[in-house]
Amino acid sequence: MARTIQSLERAAAVLRLLAGGERRLGLSDIASSIGLAKGTTHGLLRTLQQEGFVEQDPHSGKYQLGAELLRLGNSYLDVHELRARALVWTDDLARSSGESAYLGVLHQQGVLIVHHVFRPDDSRQVLEVGAMQPLHSTALGKVLAAFDPVAHNEALETGFEAITERTVTEPADFEALLDDVRARGWASDVGETWEGVASVAAPILDRRKVPVGAVGITGAEERMLGPEGLHQRLVAAVRDCARSVSRDLGAGRF
Amino acid sequence: MPDTADREYIAAIDQGTTSSRCIVFDHDGRVVSVDQKEHEQIFPKPGWVEHDALEIWANVQEVVAGALEKAKITKDQVKAIGITNQRETTLLWDKNTGVPVHHAIVWQDTRTDALCRMLGRNVGQDRFRRQTGLPLSSYFAGPKIRWLLDNVEGLRERAERGELLFGTMDSWVIWNLTGGVNGGVHVTDVTNASRTMLMNLRTLAWDESILASMEVPAAVLPEIRSSSEIYGTAKGGVLDGVPVASALGDQQAALFGQTCYSVGEGKSTYGTGTFLLMNTGTEAINSYAGLVTTVGYRIGDQQPVFALEGSIAVTGALVQWMRDQMGLIKSAAEIETLALSVEDNGGAYFVPAFSGLFAPYWRADARGVIAGLTRYVTKAHLARAVLEATAWQTREIVDAMKKDSGMELTTLKVDGGMTSNNLLMQSISDFLDVPVVRPMVSETTCLGAAYAAGLAVGFWSDVEDLRRNWRRAAEWTPDMDPAERDKEYQFWLKAVQRTMGWLGEES
Repeated sequence: MARTIQSLERAAAVLRLLAGGERRLGLSDIASSIGLAKGTTHGLLRTLQQEGFVEQDPHSGKYQLGAELLRLGNSYLDVHELRARALVWTDDLARSSGESAYLGVLHQQGVLIVHHVFRPDDSRQVLEVGAMQPLHSTALGKVLAAFDPVAHNEALETGFEAITERTVTEPADFEALLDDVRARGWASDVGETWEGVASVAAPILDRRKVPVGAVGITGAEERMLGPEGLHQRLVAAVRDCARSVSRDLGAGRF
Repeated sequence: MPDTADREYIAAIDQGTTSSRCIVFDHDGRVVSVDQKEHEQIFPKPGWVEHDALEIWANVQEVVAGALEKAKITKDQVKAIGITNQRETTLLWDKNTGVPVHHAIVWQDTRTDALCRMLGRNVGQDRFRRQTGLPLSSYFAGPKIRWLLDNVEGLRERAERGELLFGTMDSWVIWNLTGGVNGGVHVTDVTNASRTMLMNLRTLAWDESILASMEVPAAVLPEIRSSSEIYGTAKGGVLDGVPVASALGDQQAALFGQTCYSVGEGKSTYGTGTFLLMNTGTEAINSYAGLVTTVGYRIGDQQPVFALEGSIAVTGALVQWMRDQMGLIKSAAEIETLALSVEDNGGAYFVPAFSGLFAPYWRADARGVIAGLTRYVTKAHLARAVLEATAWQTREIVDAMKKDSGMELTTLKVDGGMTSNNLLMQSISDFLDVPVVRPMVSETTCLGAAYAAGLAVGFWSDVEDLRRNWRRAAEWTPDMDPAERDKEYQFWLKAVQRTMGWLGEES
């Protein structure tokens, strides 16, 4: 086994101590229990406190486990919760953009559509909830790959099948594309997955700025594109929606 | 937000059971701004629920101002005000001072249970059904008025001297909006009046013989008007001078907002409980299958449109029960995750007759049952059974409507919080064997009030104009083998039978 890091072992000991027995402990109790000098223990506690793993009671000065620890064990956001939170905003997105709206999350090697709002034109449409889309060619997939390292790995492992003539198939080109997505905060897909169809998507982040999904719109190129590329008002509508859902997740999750 | 400086809007006030809201809508029926404020729920005794009507009026003024401010618009841009409200909640106030003589008695309040049994005499709960479309039940306003006059010192004399005014919350809000003691108009609309048990559905007027039986003096009653006409204009406040132009009970407003303007069109609102209303046209249809006959809406001097209504007491409440009492899920949305972890209900059926069976059975002696348990059944199967309970109860109401009206529901329009549950919506479509459609604006109650007000002032030209605003956000189509559907329904009905007669003589 490789060499271990002493300060991490000590931090773990502090956390174990706070997790068992009494709920709150003072500095000297903690220091004596784990057999360290007060100064060293204080340093450990301050670092843990900064990370949110430990909290200090302002009145007694005693320490207890922090909320962040609970979140670590609990961080999986239920996709149905995500849909419930996104419902109003995605309705509004479909309405203001005039296109169909989708909410996607990473699932195995692709994007799982967890919510779909019809294009508001009364045409016959089929609900696509539960469908899978590729990670490397769709706007939703690119957003996930750009912001979520797990999605990024999945995309690299799955490879870059040429779905249309425009699909990006070179790993280096894909990386450059993701850099772009990270820099501007949204992704697009112009005919890379479906001929004649364009999409725009932006990331949904939780309170810790961790990407939990992507939201986007999809429509015919002739409506989505102008002489200068994607209509900026559509990009703005998608980003507004992503921000609103993110804000909702941050404000009310705990 | 787009530039709102030179555009025109409708403001809708929703005076609800837990809060008052104001929503500003634009000409496309889109929400421009929302403001909301909760009010206190007062529980003086077990089974009693009251509201402070002065607090409610203060909140209404506040949310109206708030919604206008958030929309960054002035009253000159507001073409009309529409009202929708919690139904049946009953208030008496002093005509000369504008002060309520008692807290409002809320629809859920059961203090009139014994009075309703007494009023049934030897006939029972259907004594006034032919005239009013309603069974004698503690929900409705008439018996609540009677209770106040009988139990609060001096009220009967003051009522008979013409010093008191009665109103459901629509009347209270309109009277105050239009000036209160300074010339406020004392009106109610047909939909709210149809929930008092005092209005005759055929004449749309107060029924003198029922007033006599119920001992309610006609002097306290408001004038019954249509749901969509100018009752008066707002006096004072941020909306000074704006026409007050609609009133609809909340469920009827949702029917209107869902644009169910044709016979056979229906909507179902999935919340804690569920309310299903179906447009039955210009004739009131008596129910023999345990539903309620009610006025759907009336636009100006056009013919009234009637509806059959069925309510399910426990739908979202069952999911909350799984979360709060059983601890099987952490959030309501998780019920779907849990339910999707299995293929089917594993043979389990859950009939949540927590306080008896409601429509179409009306059995107070029933209590909840989970049937079909074996060692195979897991919590995930129960989660399925929970969602299926809502879907099967919807089916039972729809079947009852078909029985009463002979009309086939072609599509079910849905709204309310539970519409975000995809599995539930698919199950409803499967069990009913009709498409289930969710509209793009989920605020159908406020939208209905806004639509009715907008029609009255010519903001929208006719109901076809409103239909064009309706947008489909999602549609679930039936995908279930008919034999499988029938087999499952038989099991459900068998489980329902198991709930009946649980409470016997000893209780």
